[in-house]
Amino acid sequence: MPEHLIEIRDLRVAFNGQSVVHGIDLDIRPGECLALVGESGSGKSVTAHSILQLLDPAITRIDGSIRYDGTELLGVHERYLRQLRGNRIAMIFQEPMSSLNPLHTIERQLGESLALHKGLAGAAARQRIVQLLELVGIQRPRERLKAYPHQLSGGQRQRVMIAMALACEPQLLIADEPTTALDVTVQRKILLLLKELQERLGMALLIISHDLNLVRNIAQRVAVMRGGVIVEQASCELLFSAPQHPYSIELLNAEPGGEALCREPAENLLEVRDLNVRFRLGG
Amino acid sequence: MLTLSPIGQRRWARFKAHRRGWWSLWLLLALFGLSLGGELVANDKPLLVTYQGDWYFPAFKRYTEQDFGGELPFQPDYRSAQVRQLIEGQGGRRWFAPIPFAFDTVNYDLTEPAPSPPSSDNWLGTDDQARDVLARVIFGTRVSLLFALALTAASALIGIAAGALQGYYGGWVDLIGQRLLEVWSGLPVLYLLIILSGFVEPNFWWLLGIMALFSWLSLVDVVRAEFLRSRGLEYVKAARALGVGDAQVIVRHILPNAMSATLTYLPFILTGAIATLSALDFLGFGLPAGSASLGELIGQGKSNLQAPWLGLTAFFALALILSLLVFIGEACRDAFDPRT
Repeated sequence: MPEHLIEIRDLRVAFNGQSVVHGIDLDIRPGECLALVGESGSGKSVTAHSILQLLDPAITRIDGSIRYDGTELLGVHERYLRQLRGNRIAMIFQEPMSSLNPLHTIERQLGESLALHKGLAGAAARQRIVQLLELVGIQRPRERLKAYPHQLSGGQRQRVMIAMALACEPQLLIADEPTTALDVTVQRKILLLLKELQERLGMALLIISHDLNLVRNIAQRVAVMRGGVIVEQASCELLFSAPQHPYSIELLNAEPGGEALCREPAENLLEVRDLNVRFRLGG
Repeated sequence: MLTLSPIGQRRWARFKAHRRGWWSLWLLLALFGLSLGGELVANDKPLLVTYQGDWYFPAFKRYTEQDFGGELPFQPDYRSAQVRQLIEGQGGRRWFAPIPFAFDTVNYDLTEPAPSPPSSDNWLGTDDQARDVLARVIFGTRVSLLFALALTAASALIGIAAGALQGYYGGWVDLIGQRLLEVWSGLPVLYLLIILSGFVEPNFWWLLGIMALFSWLSLVDVVRAEFLRSRGLEYVKAARALGVGDAQVIVRHILPNAMSATLTYLPFILTGAIATLSALDFLGFGLPAGSASLGELIGQGKSNLQAPWLGLTAFFALALILSLLVFIGEACRDAFDPRT
């Protein structure tokens, strides 16, 4: 087995002739957690998408080299890529709201990947789906099988997405801003879940985020991206204790500070007393 | 019946709540059912003949005159006085359908020259060839609706496929496809049909084929737009990231979402198909001569202004069918409206 699961060399991506990633080198080792951090538009998502080549081929041009387990991925046949996607390399996306098809039940969406790569169907598939839902911490998974995405909360949806990605026990999980659309407490839970699953399943995790401080607890290595190039690549401890590049420092200091404005408590604008809301949970 | 998703259930409920559309649907289905069973309602052969203690079903089975004690080895004209005497002379009876005429039965017993006004024999009168108008309307409705349904199914199939491919692949496929469509939609259908009728006698299938070549165009844009929008959605990306192939992504993930736009369109394509077929029949480029057709009835009404029952019948029949379809279409549109 090669030392690196993914080897990216001199990757260049251009949309309609406009270059957005200008020749980056990046390695992902088996079982490690690598964070790719940078501001919006720095090319981090594009880099991640180009590993599985999910960018629109009509307008995208990718040059350079991406090797998976020693095999060149750029220019490889679509069928080989499909067999790789979801099976060896899985991906979860930023928006759990829209990453699940609103017309399919949880069971059906999870079952799709299982049927595709493992040939599982019927009772065997259902058993595995329940297992997966348990794995990602969905409570009462059996009752959730027939639920539609809109009946789940944002955090639950992201958990389902993670379960989908883990269905075939991939060697690499790419998480593209997995927590951006979630609120802060849920963010933490999802990150810890990802970390825990990564250690338990021994897979590599490429986590993409714009928030350096967020990945501090889970990443082993961090690559900082800006304007389509990687400006600094270091172990997590080193980067946080002694950042080299001015941009890394800037990012580290970007944590919002200050305090909320205090105002004299005036009359209540809105008063709620003894409010109850009930609805039937789907199933 | 497949189980509907919650969205589907809500749409169905909204469709049902649209009273006018809901009743129109049932009325149209009833009319369609009636016209499909037209042989039981309007038939020049008796539904049942009792003859010498045996039962005969001439409407469904072929008998010869010899079976009823006649001399000729042909199918008898059950309406004729002679056959009546043969059967009733032996104590038999003939049970006719409510309208004892088929669409092509000539009524030789008219007391005045055809077209004859409505009477107890011919409820809506006869046309200029002494054929019963009501029977012709029933069979004409059947042909119109079947034609429209077949045409709609064909257009939906081609239109959705073309729109899906263009929208999903985008880029050059889309660009070239759109240009081809523009050229294609510029071809004059009516002239093609007129030219065609010089070569072959256009029958049901010819007309269907020619019209299907052009009627799918209106659906393409709707489906294409929906696919262009959907292919960038995250769940489509997520499905592809799971290794799902193009065909499956199209069928399982995008098509169900594009269906609502398509379904909304279908009743209006139906309406268009019925109107077009009637227009062609009216002009004489439609179904072969002698076929029951609403358009042909309008034509007769135009050339026989002294017989207003022809034009009025055709008008009310067409107006009823088209209005029902439009009402159903409106209800569909409201049911699928994402804003409500």
